[in-house]
Amino acid sequence: MAKAPAPRFDVAAALKEASLTAFVMFALSAGIVGFHTVDVPGGLAIETRFAAVAAVTVLGFFGRLALILLRCGRPYPVLAITVPLAALWFAALLADRLLPAELGQRLQVALPFADVVVNWIVALTALGFAIRAVWMLRHTGASAQTVLDRDAAMERFAARVSQASRYIGPALLAVAVVFPLLVFAPESPWLPKVDRRLLDIGILVATYVMLGWGLNIVVGLAGLLDLGYVAFYAVGAYSYALLATHFGLGFWTCLPFAGLMAAVAGMLLGFPVLRLRGDYLAIVTLGFGEMIRVILLNWYEFTKGPDGISGIPRPTFFGLPFTRTAEGGGETFYSFFNLSYSPTDRIIFLYYLILALALITNLFTLRIRKLPVGRAWEALREDEIACRSLGINPRNTKLTAFSIGAMFAGFAGSFFATRQGFISPESFTFIESAVILAIVVLGGFGSQIGIVLAAILLIGLPEFFRELQQYRMLAFGAAMVLIMLWRPRGLLAFREPTLRLHKTRPGAAAGTRAGEAAR
Amino acid sequence: MKEAVRSEGAGAGAVPLLEVEHLTMRFGGLLAINDVSFVAADREITAIIGPNGAGKTTVFNCLTGFYEPTIGRLVLNHPRRGRFLLERMEGHLIPAKAGVARTFQNIRLFGAMSVLENLIVAQHNVLMRASGFSLAGLIGLPRYGRAEAKAVEKAKYWLDRVNLTARADDPAASLPYGDQRRLEIARAMCIDPVLLCLDEPAAGLNPRESGDLNKLLLDIRSEHEIGLLLIEHDMTVVMGISDHVVVLDYGRKIAEGTPAEIRTDPAVIRAYLGEEEDEELPEDVAHDIAVKREEG
Repeated sequence: MAKAPAPRFDVAAALKEASLTAFVMFALSAGIVGFHTVDVPGGLAIETRFAAVAAVTVLGFFGRLALILLRCGRPYPVLAITVPLAALWFAALLADRLLPAELGQRLQVALPFADVVVNWIVALTALGFAIRAVWMLRHTGASAQTVLDRDAAMERFAARVSQASRYIGPALLAVAVVFPLLVFAPESPWLPKVDRRLLDIGILVATYVMLGWGLNIVVGLAGLLDLGYVAFYAVGAYSYALLATHFGLGFWTCLPFAGLMAAVAGMLLGFPVLRLRGDYLAIVTLGFGEMIRVILLNWYEFTKGPDGISGIPRPTFFGLPFTRTAEGGGETFYSFFNLSYSPTDRIIFLYYLILALALITNLFTLRIRKLPVGRAWEALREDEIACRSLGINPRNTKLTAFSIGAMFAGFAGSFFATRQGFISPESFTFIESAVILAIVVLGGFGSQIGIVLAAILLIGLPEFFRELQQYRMLAFGAAMVLIMLWRPRGLLAFREPTLRLHKTRPGAAAGTRAGEAAR
Repeated sequence: MKEAVRSEGAGAGAVPLLEVEHLTMRFGGLLAINDVSFVAADREITAIIGPNGAGKTTVFNCLTGFYEPTIGRLVLNHPRRGRFLLERMEGHLIPAKAGVARTFQNIRLFGAMSVLENLIVAQHNVLMRASGFSLAGLIGLPRYGRAEAKAVEKAKYWLDRVNLTARADDPAASLPYGDQRRLEIARAMCIDPVLLCLDEPAAGLNPRESGDLNKLLLDIRSEHEIGLLLIEHDMTVVMGISDHVVVLDYGRKIAEGTPAEIRTDPAVIRAYLGEEEDEELPEDVAHDIAVKREEG
């Protein structure tokens, strides 16, 4: 395809542009990065970090210069600088792991910046530019890929993943099913070591996958932007906690109740927002989410307010508790199956429980997409006025979407309560809604696999890098900005029709030969 | 005289399909439609024409429940289901119960959904009942499968009629403009209407496409025995296929009659061309006026 010739490299203009970037970087970072409050005895003190500001500014200058060079089709100078730079920095950063400890530490001292994170940023930036330059060398003649080419390539990739999801889905499922059993596996270098911490992360990720799939019904299918989804999660959690602590009902009895209560809450939210769309709807749902939290916080007699509810019963294996000895001398899970007591078993059980709940959500969504309600949801997302002109009742359609989405949040909520054993309004803040929505948006509206990947990225990875906790929101924001720039509809946004007329596609509009007999 | 014009086509004594009586629509201080009355007969194509801003689309929006008329009565006499007062019905019940389908001036397809899905969504209410409001469908009862197969058959029929079978699995938004227009008509027909309201169906079509459209609309009228209500600027379409023409200007009905009557009506010519009409008229129209003047 025809490419515009690379623009000429103009030194003065390049330097001017790079200086401007450096100035912006300086202006942005001077206040935010340059000063840092620290606790000292007797109050707060300000610590200055001008070295970091300088680093960021210089990085901005050379980064921009490298971008201009690449834009002008000159990858060699970029390569010449970035490759050694990246190599040096990575060597120094990873020295204590690669080299004998003593030598490694000496090398690490040689790093110019005291802050490890700044060093990492330098190293990763250099690596990024190096990769970009190499990529450019391999695609000689193409000075820069046009935005359209890139979009088309990504679209093809998403289509391929979507077709491959027939295999990826079961494969992921198999991994998810087998993974907790590795706890029992003998110590072996070929198997990953699964411990309780990993299981807990697995449970957390599965919970968010379920919430993501539930919210996907509302946001992805029906196109109703819901910023208060965590409210239904809270309703489910409190339903179970209150029913269990007041009436002594078991988890399995309460689960449908919790779903029902959340669905009713969904209806309650649905009615006032029926006429709203887009931004307005988002604001009202945001308010609704906060309302529920504030009620939970202030209705002390009912919810015990900020104290929360503790002593929520743990789930039982259909009546058999996971305890060493049963209250009142009944059977326990261990005595019934003649096993020896192990606290990990309960965690594994919880893991399978949330996995099953999440899979039910998934199956439900896959199924309902092919039913008239599901198609009406999608049609509503596309054009509400056209829906009305075809005799589809927009009120009922919206209410079913809200209440069914809420129901799954309610199920997840009661699981959350039984897993934690303690809940308080603090667990249901707006940031939770934002994270769940981010999972749906990042994964790609309507893509079930995309949501799993996004949940692993956004929930699982930060758990592994707990040391970098304070940078979590920064990385989160950066990831969202990049996604919105490169793929505004989400990573794996690709819509497969719910039914096909032709087995193979004669049109092939997306530029792909879609799998034969996709369904 | 106007009543007589109407009953000519529908057969003497037949109840008109649609009766619009004293329709008035006021938006604040703006009188968009001012006391407009007309009837549309079954199995006839009735065109509503008029200059921009005459209130044509507002009439459609009142008919299809998007606006509630300030004054007036809109009666639809369904051949099988009886009489409906459209101005009192909820918007989505007008297509579902009274069988009034419409298309839009700015095409409103479900862009991300496939062409076939667009036609299946149009059969929502039938499928919804067959799926036992989703419960039977969720557990996979064969009743729903059969209903869906039937819906696909119907969609296939309409795809064939509008020449879109080959593109059935492509997203509706990827179709060229003319195809989108035809798809919207096919989608409206999938709800089994008795009255099809088309808002500028020929807008943006080239002469060949517009000729195909004429043929399609005539076929729909004769084969499916429904009434068509048409807003159109393209006079070749209006004059070529309509049985009855209603002319609006500034919210008032200024003329009504057969195409031949309308093209020589002095009030219509004034509305379209202003007072100094003669030199700007197309030749055939000018000729018709001359003939009429000689007669009268």
